[in-house]
Amino acid sequence: MDFLTIIQILDSTVRLATPLLLACLAGLFSERAGIFDIGLEGKMLAAAFASASVAYLASPGWGGLAVWVGLLAGIFASVLLSLLHGLASITFRGNQLISGVAINFLASGLTVLIGLSVFKLGGRTPQLTDGGRFEGVTLPFAGALGDIPFFGPIYVELLSGHTILVYVAMLFVPLSWFVLFRTRFGLRLRAVGENPAAVDTAGISVVRLRYIAVIMCGVLCGIAGAYLATGLAAGFVKEMSAGRGFIALAALIFAKWRPVQALGATLLFGLLEAISNRYPNIDMPASLLIVVLVVLAAVLFFAGRKSKLDLSVLGGLGVILLAIAAWIMTTTGLGGVATLPSQFMQALPYILTVIILAGFVGKAIPPRAGGQPYVKER
Amino acid sequence: MEPLPKWADLVLVPVVGLVLAFICSALMILATGHDPREAVQLMVEGSVGSTYAWGFTLYYATNFIFTGLAVAVAFHAAMFNIGGEGQAALGGLGVALVCLFIPWPHWTLALLGATAAGAAFGALWATLPAWLQARRGSHIVITTIMFNFIAAALLNYVLVNVLRPAGAMDPATAKFTEATHLPSLSDWLNAVGIPFAARTPANVTLFIALLACVLVYLLIWRTKLGFEIRSLGKSEPAAVYGGISPVKIIMISMMLSGGLAGLMAINNVMGEAERLVLNSVEGAGFIGIAVALMGRSHPIGILFAALLFGALYQGGAELGLWTQIPRELVIVIQALVILFTGALDQMIRMFVGKLFAMRRKAEV
Repeated sequence: MDFLTIIQILDSTVRLATPLLLACLAGLFSERAGIFDIGLEGKMLAAAFASASVAYLASPGWGGLAVWVGLLAGIFASVLLSLLHGLASITFRGNQLISGVAINFLASGLTVLIGLSVFKLGGRTPQLTDGGRFEGVTLPFAGALGDIPFFGPIYVELLSGHTILVYVAMLFVPLSWFVLFRTRFGLRLRAVGENPAAVDTAGISVVRLRYIAVIMCGVLCGIAGAYLATGLAAGFVKEMSAGRGFIALAALIFAKWRPVQALGATLLFGLLEAISNRYPNIDMPASLLIVVLVVLAAVLFFAGRKSKLDLSVLGGLGVILLAIAAWIMTTTGLGGVATLPSQFMQALPYILTVIILAGFVGKAIPPRAGGQPYVKER
Repeated sequence: MEPLPKWADLVLVPVVGLVLAFICSALMILATGHDPREAVQLMVEGSVGSTYAWGFTLYYATNFIFTGLAVAVAFHAAMFNIGGEGQAALGGLGVALVCLFIPWPHWTLALLGATAAGAAFGALWATLPAWLQARRGSHIVITTIMFNFIAAALLNYVLVNVLRPAGAMDPATAKFTEATHLPSLSDWLNAVGIPFAARTPANVTLFIALLACVLVYLLIWRTKLGFEIRSLGKSEPAAVYGGISPVKIIMISMMLSGGLAGLMAINNVMGEAERLVLNSVEGAGFIGIAVALMGRSHPIGILFAALLFGALYQGGAELGLWTQIPRELVIVIQALVILFTGALDQMIRMFVGKLFAMRRKAEV
């Protein structure tokens, strides 16, 4: 693997991490205010569809502005779903998880339904051309600095040439941090997710704060969806969010509900996706893989030593890992080459999240009032 | 506000939610430039209008009974299991392994073996999320979502790299042997003289689903374990005070839930496809959520809700076949049902409560 390949992988890492980052920050605002949101996926999908369709329909008349109109449409669609979530979970104190599930299905059904009746292309929107999608932005001096060894390619290939939304997403990281941790609004927002009764006692409306948080979540999800359809791709395809909303949710837990860590988590998940796109199957010495599996199994046995239940669950998992190790041993032998399948790389973000959730590698503690509707009388 | 009468709470509120969902769906059809009356007629005709239609409706309903019961059992313990999709997929793997590698002499024995394997694999797939919730406090919703994706990747790997017969192109197992073929509903009904359309996928698994309904009812309302599950679901501190171990109940209820979801595989994998294909569950795990919400987590309610969704699914397929209205309409209806009977439940309750209060005033 040479230098240029690494740069290219990192370049696609940044592109793939952007929608995750935006959705992750969206979830951050919502969940910090105590509103769980498993509807990130649906909101992204709806925004992707709305932005692509509107950008396509607007591009004859609006020219280069069409993509921006599309972005607004995407944000609008996403905020609409956010308000529905707010209505169900704030106003009517319904179950936030069930509402999120409903929103995901609503988006997945409606995008195809409307897409088919408007464009008649089997649920896709037509391919977006000039003006309909975000073009790469060349950062200043990219031409002049390109010849400098090492730093030149990093600047030209990795940092320059992304669409404007990528830079916007990166800017949202310090901005979110500042809003959440350095402003009065942010303090109140976090407080409403930890102890809404205290906020209420201070004479601040819990309902209003939570609605603002939910709308902010909608705006960010809208940008994420618009980036998917008009930045990363050139048009909407059925189910194009492809589980990214859930990976963003995973990244949010991974980052323990903090903005800067969210950047790290989404870059990591983006990197995993970039690697599995570039190298579908990763070869490694079988002996190394076997050692890793055996060590993992030993760790599981050790972790489960305290109670019978833990031992049977974790030990069972350990036995499965040992069985896989034995299977590799018999099929390829110690000296052979084992292949990590692409499916494993695809599952890795989810596996990592489960490990984090298990709390073995630093416990992730969600906002305390998360998921509970606020009842004033109590 | 006075509490609603029990019948209103159990029947009226979900029915009003359902009606609202249908009204919204009809508006949606109107908005896309079609005639909702025509759509309804076609859907009814296509889902219950002939024994052929019933053969499909009952097949889908069988799937949804299993996944609906799965969600319901977990609901009783206040666990929200969104992992039905992954658990059913793993159940499919279990059923496929048993059907492929054990030379069954007769379908009855094969059915027993497949039932055990499907339930065991589904239950095992729910074990880890259950343990994470019970012992480590990781939220069951998040872990089950993650496990759905992990299950999809695992099934993809197994079907592409391990179980795919040599030379075959599509990622699926070989066809199961003839001995594992389950009699279809039409075989049995025709044998006793009732005409029923052949070549429909409804099969004897339907009776296992009905049996599961009875067993779940007995378990939840007639056994000590069921009482413990419900106690934990109503109030954890009270359950702990009563000497009930939350860890034990969470583990058991989630494994039962996973097992029920895994049982779905005997219907779709063994009964219909007779081989394991990619994405064999086709969203039935998620529909279980809607079914359980509509059915108020009671087996009788779930039975009706599953029939309704089975009819919707079959009717939706007919729509997609004969009109310009795509079958994705069903997903929208499903979403609206979850929204109105689940998330906006409180809104309808308040609305119905106001109606009752008005009536009471009028009486006075």
